[in-house]
Amino acid sequence: MTEYYASDAATRGRIFDIQRYSVNDGPGIRTIVFLKGCMFRCRWCSNPEGQLFEPVTLKAMHGKGDKIAGTDVTAGEVMETVLRDSVYYARSGGGLTLSGGEALLQPDFALALFRLAHLHGVNTAIETTGYASREVLDRLLPHIDYVLMDIKHMDPKKHEAFIGKTNERVLENAPYIAQHAHHYTVRVPVIPTFNDTDAEIAAIARFAASMPGTKAIHLLPYHRLGMDKYTALGRDYGMGTVPLIPDEKMRRLLLVAQESSGLACQIGG
Amino acid sequence: MVHQPTRFTTEKSARIPMLISDIFGNFPQIEADRAILLTESYKATEALPTIRRRSAAFAHILAGLPVVIRRGELIVGVNTKNPRSCPTFPEYSWEWLEAEFDTVETREADPFHISEQTKEALRAIHPYWKGKTSSELAASLMSPEAYDVFMNHGIFTVGNYFYNGVGHITVDYGKVLRIGYEGIKKEALAALASIKTGDGDYMQRTHFIKAVIECCDAARDFAARYADEAERLAAAESDRVRREELLEIAKICRHVPYHGARSFHEACQSFWFVQLLIQTEGSGHSISPGRFDQYMYPFYKADLDAGKITHEQAQELIDCIWVKLNSLSKVRDAESAAGFAGYSMFQNLIVGGQDKNGMDATNDLSYMCLEASIHVRLPQPSLSIRVWNGSPQELLLKAAYLTRLGDGVPAYYNDEIIIPALMSRGLSLEEARDYSIIGCVEPQTPHATDGWHDAAFFNMCRPMELVFSNGVDEGVQIGPRTGELRELDTFEKFFDAYKKQEAYFIELMVNADNAVDVAHGVRCPLPFESSMVDGCLASGKAVEEGGARHNFTGPQGFGIANMTDALLAIRELVYEKKLVTLCEYKEAMAANFGKGFTGKGAEKMTIKVASALAKAGVEITDAVIKTIHETVSSGDYLPKEKRARYEEIYKLIGTVKKYGNDDKEADLFAREVAYTYTKEVEKYTNPRGGIYHAGLYPVSANVPLGAQTGATPDGRLAYTPIADGVGPASGRDVCGPTAAANSVAKLDHGIASNGTLFNQKFHPAALAGEAGLLKFVSLIRGFFDQKGMHMQFNVVNRETLLDAQAHPENYRNLVVRVAGYSALFTTLSRSLQDDIIARTEQGF
Repeated sequence: MTEYYASDAATRGRIFDIQRYSVNDGPGIRTIVFLKGCMFRCRWCSNPEGQLFEPVTLKAMHGKGDKIAGTDVTAGEVMETVLRDSVYYARSGGGLTLSGGEALLQPDFALALFRLAHLHGVNTAIETTGYASREVLDRLLPHIDYVLMDIKHMDPKKHEAFIGKTNERVLENAPYIAQHAHHYTVRVPVIPTFNDTDAEIAAIARFAASMPGTKAIHLLPYHRLGMDKYTALGRDYGMGTVPLIPDEKMRRLLLVAQESSGLACQIGG
Repeated sequence: MVHQPTRFTTEKSARIPMLISDIFGNFPQIEADRAILLTESYKATEALPTIRRRSAAFAHILAGLPVVIRRGELIVGVNTKNPRSCPTFPEYSWEWLEAEFDTVETREADPFHISEQTKEALRAIHPYWKGKTSSELAASLMSPEAYDVFMNHGIFTVGNYFYNGVGHITVDYGKVLRIGYEGIKKEALAALASIKTGDGDYMQRTHFIKAVIECCDAARDFAARYADEAERLAAAESDRVRREELLEIAKICRHVPYHGARSFHEACQSFWFVQLLIQTEGSGHSISPGRFDQYMYPFYKADLDAGKITHEQAQELIDCIWVKLNSLSKVRDAESAAGFAGYSMFQNLIVGGQDKNGMDATNDLSYMCLEASIHVRLPQPSLSIRVWNGSPQELLLKAAYLTRLGDGVPAYYNDEIIIPALMSRGLSLEEARDYSIIGCVEPQTPHATDGWHDAAFFNMCRPMELVFSNGVDEGVQIGPRTGELRELDTFEKFFDAYKKQEAYFIELMVNADNAVDVAHGVRCPLPFESSMVDGCLASGKAVEEGGARHNFTGPQGFGIANMTDALLAIRELVYEKKLVTLCEYKEAMAANFGKGFTGKGAEKMTIKVASALAKAGVEITDAVIKTIHETVSSGDYLPKEKRARYEEIYKLIGTVKKYGNDDKEADLFAREVAYTYTKEVEKYTNPRGGIYHAGLYPVSANVPLGAQTGATPDGRLAYTPIADGVGPASGRDVCGPTAAANSVAKLDHGIASNGTLFNQKFHPAALAGEAGLLKFVSLIRGFFDQKGMHMQFNVVNRETLLDAQAHPENYRNLVVRVAGYSALFTTLSRSLQDDIIARTEQGF
């Protein structure tokens, strides 16, 4: 057993941020570790610096120096930071959340982090696209307490147009993950011009309800807090100046999701 | 809007908004009645011992003050005709007030209206007090060095008690509720009977006890005046309901506070008389009701069980008391007003926690007190909550709900560290478990302690300046010679020099405090207050003379974060990496790191330069002043390469680790820096036979005292605020609230038994929904698990965010969180910031 954890601590991976006191990403007070690299290119992505596996430079903004996004670390080093908030996890039922990028693209590293967290009594969560092989899912799912999985659209074409890949693999994996995860929540980033109609949300909600094991749906309203990073990366922001979704509309979509799924639905994480 | 997640939620009675608008519709005024009555009495009692003159004056004041019952009041009693107005207390000091007569109405902090008539009345009596005040006596008692530093160099200030009463006490409200002043008088008479004519302390004890008896009778007669007035108003009242209320008030005021209370309403009225009269006898602030939920509970429970009162009626009475607590006010000198800004009276009222036997003490009233603050949304009382491992989650959730409203209350206190801290100062386990908080954050055991909390503000940044100047301030050698900079060739020597400077000024501060302490005992003992403090009747001494069972002096240091960051930077840049010399450092600070000077800093520098030029024989014209002001503001007066070097030093400082980011090395160093103050302070004793113990908090003095402090080696710019409380320096913690809390928890809170203060700023989104409240409570519990002592929260609003846009340097730690994303507010572009500001308005 012990050498197994020693090798976990030495497992290397690439991250671009660690964010403590996260309160909207799984139960309790959590620390999010953002893993580098993603196969999706969502137009609204608020962490564009996490998309490429290769480190990228965010050009100086607000009088600060350039920032490199992408650092190679060991799981043991990451845990050193994660465990500093153990007392708050214990009080709140919180723990470690892996996000990204897509954490499933670094399965060895993710597995090491999850096992180390459990060794210390810290619960685990993942924010994921669900885009991975069955083998990776089988290795990781037993070690994840909360799966928060995005289902962004039911239409493969629209999915491809806004995200760069079709949704086939996501929809194929979703029921499998729902069935095997300890706790499975569907998350829908509600994006204007992409999926913010009643029909689109209803379709996702019905699909979520059709999968045994799904516990809840979270509708995450579009925000553009990551917009500045596109400038820093020398890229164009894919959403242009699309306005935010008004609160009333979000409330209506929440009702739509509830009626179509019968599941516990909420706005925000 | 999320519903309150707890029981004890009630509709606010329609009476409450009316009472509030009647109070806050009024601009605060200064009134002369008390001062006139006091002076009349003093002139007539010159042959009596001081303590008897005090009780005679108290009785004369209570017999002559205007009696006012306001529209709709259920709880009555005032010490000024107009609400939120204040009497004056010339026996403590008056010269500053007369000097500020014409500016007190227009000043920025806590303005008061004063009529020409009042000015005239006060001018007529003030000459009598020349030479008779406690502040004049204190000044004559201080060592010359202490007096000079206190008056002219601003390293510490004892100004609050130098000019005013001490206050800062929790008396035995419960005793007055139970047995009334009649009962206290009986105890006094028994004590009097036990004194033998031949006893050496016959005079002291006899006169003190007689003074107590006079005060008890005065309180009875004062209440009777209210009974008369209520009857008079009832007779003229056409509204039947109000007439009944007035008759009930009359009945109550005939009975309490002289007799024990027979109902919850009587207990509430009796409580209010105690609270009001203490603040009429002396001018001290922080008269703290303490464990209101404990001593009021028996009366509530009895009425509720007997069906004499409903939950809603009891809530309304509590709400009425909350409003009343806001009707009292106090005028301070301009400088102190800036330090205690907000007309604050610091009437600290605390709920929850353990009882004397270590069981959880939470009851219905604990919740109802929180509910009262939710109803009234006013600055007073300073509501606090005791938290221990066994605190009901429901109580904390209700408290968190109140926090989320954004009024800065309640403050959270940790039993698990405060109880052992107080025991280490000689309190019994039972006394320590029964603690309550005085004023801002100061723990003590109620009605047995003269804590002299808030004894002084000690600016920990100033000794650092004196290290760089070898003890010279404004051209005068005021501190020890700790060595020329070139002699400080190791970090240990440098740190030692800092400790020596600090220790020297701590000793002067102690001298100044003790002088003021003696002066209060001699000139302004308070027999009424003392009648409700354990130990006084037995010893025959007033609180101010050392009569209380426990005596402390608690001066507070602040600037730990700045000094930690400063010493870390000096160690790394000067001694380890040798990138900067101490001399360069000194130059860079004098030049404000090449940043130029702003606001008051620019004014101050302009005056400095102009007077130096004048000395050198230059003629100072308006044009010269303007030119100087422009150059100091821009920093353009500096040679280019020098300026570049200073800016480089500033950048280097930015690269050194900072306190508040959960960095063990930095945080443990902060612990050492805090010890330089706390361990030095506790070496001293006070004239009341008690010890000194330190607090670590600045109230709001970090702003005005920061405005007297030049740039510091941590990169804090000249004349800007010093760090607040024990928290990280403004905007330097960038790893979130848990990291900052972990850093703060690494300080030794137990040794700072006069209290520590940790403020955190939150965007309301972090507390959204019931889940948000739960997580917030977990943050507090987690900090307290690590033996943190106090936590208080500013939930930011639109105004704060606008200020953050204007002054991003003060808000670098402000995080805005949404699902899957969090951003430091100040790093966002303007348009995104505007988005967030707009959304903050929408609530949660």
